[in-house]
Amino acid sequence: MSEATPSIQDREINRSQMKVTDEVAVEIRNMNKWYGSFHVLRDINLTVNRGERIVICGPSGSGKSTLIRCINALEEHQKGSITVDGTLLSNDLKNIDKIRSEVGMCFQHFNLFPHLTILENCTLAPIWVRKTPKKEAEETAMYFLEKVKIPDQAYKYPGQLSGGQQQRVAIARSLCMRPRIMLFDEPTSALDPEMIKEVLDTMIQLAEEGMTMLCVTHEMGFARQVANRVIFMDAGQIVEQNEPEPFFTNPQNDRTKLFLSQILGH
Amino acid sequence: MAHSAKSSVSYVRTEMLPEQAPPVSESGLVKWVRENLFSGPLNTILTVLSLLAIYWVVSHVFQWFAYGIWTANSLSECREVRNALYADGRNVACWAVLSERWNQLLFGFYPAEAYWRPVVALIVFFIAVAPVMFNFGGRKLAIFSAVSPFICYWLLWGGSIWGPILTALGFVLAWLAYGQITRKFGALAGIVATILVPLIYWRFGVAPLTGLVDGILPIGIENIQSKDFGGFMLALIIGITGIVLSLPLGILLALGRQSDLFIINKFSVIFIEVIRGVPLIVWLFTASLLLNYFLPPGTNFDLMLRVIIMVTLFAAAYMAEVVRGGLAALPLGQYEGADSLGLDYWQSMRLIILPQALKISIPGIVNTFIGLFKDTTLVVFIGLLDPIGLSNAIRATTEWNGIYWELFIFIGLCFFVFCYAMSRYSQYLERKLATDRH
Repeated sequence: MSEATPSIQDREINRSQMKVTDEVAVEIRNMNKWYGSFHVLRDINLTVNRGERIVICGPSGSGKSTLIRCINALEEHQKGSITVDGTLLSNDLKNIDKIRSEVGMCFQHFNLFPHLTILENCTLAPIWVRKTPKKEAEETAMYFLEKVKIPDQAYKYPGQLSGGQQQRVAIARSLCMRPRIMLFDEPTSALDPEMIKEVLDTMIQLAEEGMTMLCVTHEMGFARQVANRVIFMDAGQIVEQNEPEPFFTNPQNDRTKLFLSQILGH
Repeated sequence: MAHSAKSSVSYVRTEMLPEQAPPVSESGLVKWVRENLFSGPLNTILTVLSLLAIYWVVSHVFQWFAYGIWTANSLSECREVRNALYADGRNVACWAVLSERWNQLLFGFYPAEAYWRPVVALIVFFIAVAPVMFNFGGRKLAIFSAVSPFICYWLLWGGSIWGPILTALGFVLAWLAYGQITRKFGALAGIVATILVPLIYWRFGVAPLTGLVDGILPIGIENIQSKDFGGFMLALIIGITGIVLSLPLGILLALGRQSDLFIINKFSVIFIEVIRGVPLIVWLFTASLLLNYFLPPGTNFDLMLRVIIMVTLFAAAYMAEVVRGGLAALPLGQYEGADSLGLDYWQSMRLIILPQALKISIPGIVNTFIGLFKDTTLVVFIGLLDPIGLSNAIRATTEWNGIYWELFIFIGLCFFVFCYAMSRYSQYLERKLATDRH
């Protein structure tokens, strides 16, 4: 990208539409998950209000990815309840598909469909899940591709794009379903440093528009600038959560202190 | 030293280098010949020896091929013609067996006045698959593709036109049953009805209905029995039907083997392992001999139909494992990407997973197709007159007793042409579907 995007720390953030409301978007109650006999998530309680921007961090294996993957049922939980947008997550496939179509997700490795063009990637779900007419779906897709600043790549295949461009397509693809909640599972971890910024910029743009977001990320700059709440997880539990400013300047738990000293120290 | 080290550390490029063409000596025919044929004394000697050997083989075989005799009515006549033509007593092929038995090699004992029917059927088949193979055409051609198997069946076996039409009606009934029963009694009842309704209709409804309608409005062409089918026509009918049916069946079995549903999973595993674990020839004998014991007395279940079913099931088991390989090769992220967008199981399979898995599996799929097509020659052992069976029959006649090479070279060449065409098509398809390169 040739245009000068300011670095994340310097970027002016328009907070006029970043409002946390009283409406509950996601409610997780006493949720437990096991992989076989391994207790990977232990008694998770989390309420996400509409408009919240939550960053989840923690060491690898702490269960942070598993937690957000439970929200759209990519992982099954064994105990407790998850309510998304007022719908209780159950084993009913119709129910799961409905929740998935309301919740957008971006993955570490983008998971674009390599056999389809960028435009087809973006129109596939609206056409087949929402039954949107093809023309309308394409217009929506072009709108969001412009938003993530790659409309000129619409007819290329994912393999012809850079990692940063692919991740922005993945974001556009999710947005085409007009989700009410967005989940990000380490969206910048597989990217070159030069490309991390363009993806974070897109995510900030999304936050500025008032999107409810749950991000698993190690981008602490993003957490400071954009998040209204930071959650630290370790060993499958929520260890500490706070607003970003006190979280970074005055962590309480020893495990949090250690983690922050390591991640911010390098 | 200190001085040079310092100057090598600090360096600033002022202009970027333009791209340049590679040196001329690194390309072209001369380079290839030198590197591949004459790269050293040993390789030069080997190249010369190989050229001599090739010359020796070609000069002898070529004479046998090219001076072959094309018009004669028997092997002894062939020899007379040869002796008259070539005084030097050279050995030449007797291709006359092909020209004299041409129709038999192609059509077996199919009535000569009806030769046009299998030819038209083959053309119909190619028109039907062309849109699928080369990705063009719209709804109308798709409808034609769906109807074409019934047209081909009617052309080949003949009889009343109402038979295939009323049989095709079974699929419409299945579709209606699925829609109606699912709406009224739920998904499981819908699936059961979709399977049962057409089966019952085909077993008890088609024959009397055909008789009835044919009595009112008799339209038909001469009925030809399966026993008259033979030659490459037989090989192509069994091969093409097996190929066309084994792919969808194999895909379903592969999905079944990956399924979490216990019964479907175990059924698929047992089916694949049992079918694949027993030689095809055993299944063919089962089809020709044993099935009669199990079927209700009085059912006349055409031998060719039984063979087609067995060949299809056999190829489907292999196909399932090939497709499973493709499914396993896909990153888990593709399944999750499809799931996270809210696509249901069949949508994600059809739109995301299978297009990619099948693309990966193309070499294996075509491998199975080629194997199946060549395996059709095994039906000779249960008495069907495929090209090999016919060649045996031809060699058993007094006219052509003692001829081997010409017949088998011809049969081998024909099979090679078909198989090589499939191979080339698969390479074309792989290139066309490659989206990961610029």
